[in-house]
Amino acid sequence: MLNFTKIKVTFVYLILLTLIFFASLNLKFNNSIEKKINLGLDLQGGSYILLEVDTNPLINQKIQSKVIPIKKLLNDNNIIYSDFTISNNSISFIIDTDKQNLFKNIFLKKNDNLVNNFITDYNTFELDITFNANKALINFSNYGLVSLNNAALKQSIEIIRRRIDDVGTKEPTILQRGDKRILVELPGIDNPERIKDLLGKTAQLTFRLVQDDDGFGSEKLIISETNEELMVNKRVVISGENLIDAQPKFDSQSNQPIVSFTLDRLGAQKFGKITTENVGKRLAIVLDNAVISAPQIREPITGGTGTISGGFSFQESTDLALLLRSGALPAPINIVEERSVGPDLGKDSIEAGIFSLAVGFILVIIFMLIKYKIFGLISNISLISNLFMLLGVMTLLEATLTLPGIAGIILTVGMAVDSNVLIYERIREELKTEKSIIHAFDTGYNKAKITVIDANITTLIAAAILFVFGTGPVKGFAITLGVGIVTTLFSAYFIARHLTSLVVLNDREGKYFKL
Amino acid sequence: MEYKINFSSLFKIANLISFIAVLVSIFFLFFKGLNYGVDFKGGTLLEIRIDNPNIEIQDIRNSLKIKDLGDVNVKQFGKKGDFLIKFEKSSSENDQFIGELKGEISKSLNTEVNFRRVENVGPKVSSELLKNGLTAIALSLAAMLFYIWIRFEWQFSLGSIIALIHDVIITLGIFSILSFEVNLSIVAAVLTIVGYSMNDTVVIFDRIRENLLKFSKIEINEIANISINETLSRTLITSLTTLLALLSIFILGGEILKGFSFAMILGVIIGTYSSVFVASPVLNYFKVSQKTLLKEEEN
Repeated sequence: MLNFTKIKVTFVYLILLTLIFFASLNLKFNNSIEKKINLGLDLQGGSYILLEVDTNPLINQKIQSKVIPIKKLLNDNNIIYSDFTISNNSISFIIDTDKQNLFKNIFLKKNDNLVNNFITDYNTFELDITFNANKALINFSNYGLVSLNNAALKQSIEIIRRRIDDVGTKEPTILQRGDKRILVELPGIDNPERIKDLLGKTAQLTFRLVQDDDGFGSEKLIISETNEELMVNKRVVISGENLIDAQPKFDSQSNQPIVSFTLDRLGAQKFGKITTENVGKRLAIVLDNAVISAPQIREPITGGTGTISGGFSFQESTDLALLLRSGALPAPINIVEERSVGPDLGKDSIEAGIFSLAVGFILVIIFMLIKYKIFGLISNISLISNLFMLLGVMTLLEATLTLPGIAGIILTVGMAVDSNVLIYERIREELKTEKSIIHAFDTGYNKAKITVIDANITTLIAAAILFVFGTGPVKGFAITLGVGIVTTLFSAYFIARHLTSLVVLNDREGKYFKL
Repeated sequence: MEYKINFSSLFKIANLISFIAVLVSIFFLFFKGLNYGVDFKGGTLLEIRIDNPNIEIQDIRNSLKIKDLGDVNVKQFGKKGDFLIKFEKSSSENDQFIGELKGEISKSLNTEVNFRRVENVGPKVSSELLKNGLTAIALSLAAMLFYIWIRFEWQFSLGSIIALIHDVIITLGIFSILSFEVNLSIVAAVLTIVGYSMNDTVVIFDRIRENLLKFSKIEINEIANISINETLSRTLITSLTTLLALLSIFILGGEILKGFSFAMILGVIIGTYSSVFVASPVLNYFKVSQKTLLKEEEN
């Protein structure tokens, strides 16, 4: 165990030097390669926001949109039905039992089915139909829900990304978490109220005509600025989907902040037609079921551009323009978890973490030196190499260092000496019976090997489980603990062993050392 | 240093103490329960710093009275002027709730408030985090059981797992008795304790196995005694260096790591104890002998 070939020695120190080089990339003066350890949000300050998409309204909306096509399908095929009822997530109606098979066949037609889409990916229909006596029940199939959910989630992530990019935060992370959640990490932002405000808004914009009476097809909405009620037609003239741009501006006459928008061709046509036909009437601009403003149509607007005013502050007009540009979320989004750390707390944490690391490190080094003398020195050299290698590997992986992660490094320092202690204690035992010192070291290393590996694998298992189950800061702890074990084994069995062999082989009588 | 301590004569009394400690812990865990932090209970945590020396805890409590926040808990956190506020309400109904609350606290205290940390966990997420934490601990125990079963014989596996469960229950029991907060980092600490305690046990078991094969006539309790003595200096040195590192985190690492390092310190002490006094006697109860090892090899 004490014999090292030249190639092996070169290889070991080459690895060590490479990792020290990578560790050095974290220092400011070395920018040759764009790799460094990332600081977790708990150390650099920032916000972690977990959002959950609420698909229930979307399911409701989709079911609603199926009502007319299904009725048409029934009528087109001369199927008599009654008691047509719509609930939140299903449609039911009474149908003669002898017509049920006929309707089922039409409803579950694979090709050109405009009412009930066939989802080829899952080989199933969007909607399921079941009959109970003479009652037919239509609701979403399981895969129909999955596909609806996935589409909504993907689209939400895209829109959230646009909104956050538009605000201009540095290096945001936006990731899907599970099948309903979106994780947003915003480094450097410790007061995320504005972003939360922007993320939480569905931003469904519609233009609808104001009605004078509470006739059929109208609903009562609140004007957000004044809290007055207004009767607005349910029919949407144009919606946010037809918008291609929106910008905050100042009104040339009143100097009030406003939002100017540009419509696409289709939207411009529709807008022109409606404004021509309804001169003199009021047009309500509705955002998420609240009226922003309801100006009177003074003249036809055919150019496809317009402005929205609503007594905004400049910030409000900027945010509204941003929301309109990024588009509406397909479903409402709720914040289910939020963690923010201010930059000064992060700085304090780094300082306390590094300071306690330094103190723990020095205590362990002094202890080893007193206990094992020259071998303590070797163990300490391997401990320092270990620390550099740990940092080097983390740089190479561009891993994230968190406050518990620093604790993991300190713990690695405390536990790393264990391998060397195990070996030295074993050698000490061997020396009692073995005359040849070289032989004693050789067997000592050999016999301790299995124990060292067994002992470290157990900690590695714990680290792996933590990595899988942990989130954020705790994951950072799992990383340093896990990587630390690997570098510890390397430094104990290659670096420390090589240095030990140098000492032992050059001092065969054991004059200069005693274990 | 060489040790000649008769550990096996202490096994009986130690096991009795362990048994009582586990029972007391279970009693407290069952009747008093754990003091869960916002991670597991849901709710909101605010860490604030106020430079104005005239503001006392009572003022902060008063400033929070106006709002319906549920159970509110305010305490000093580290140095003077740093406070930790916890309450049941989370912002699940109103996304702007925290922003509004921040403004109201500053206004009510009539001084500048630095909001250093905000944690807000909704009820759904907190119950998931708790479930995840428990699953992780259970999974780690199962993984250890499996690993030792592969590497040793089932008696060893059982001995080590009993020691691990002993460590986890007593650590959590002490947290329950002292009403210390249990959050995500405590789960991380418990998992690390599981790894550490296992590590200690494996070293002793390795030596027991080696000695069992060497001496066929000596009975298991004496083998355990010899093995524990042989590895004792390593056990003590490693525990000592680990404790040095942990104490340094506990004293100097800042308030956030206090609970974590405290749990680890407890765990290292209990884990070291259990490797010697819990895991090893189990082998005696199962009458492990050289034959047990040889039989296993034949299979």
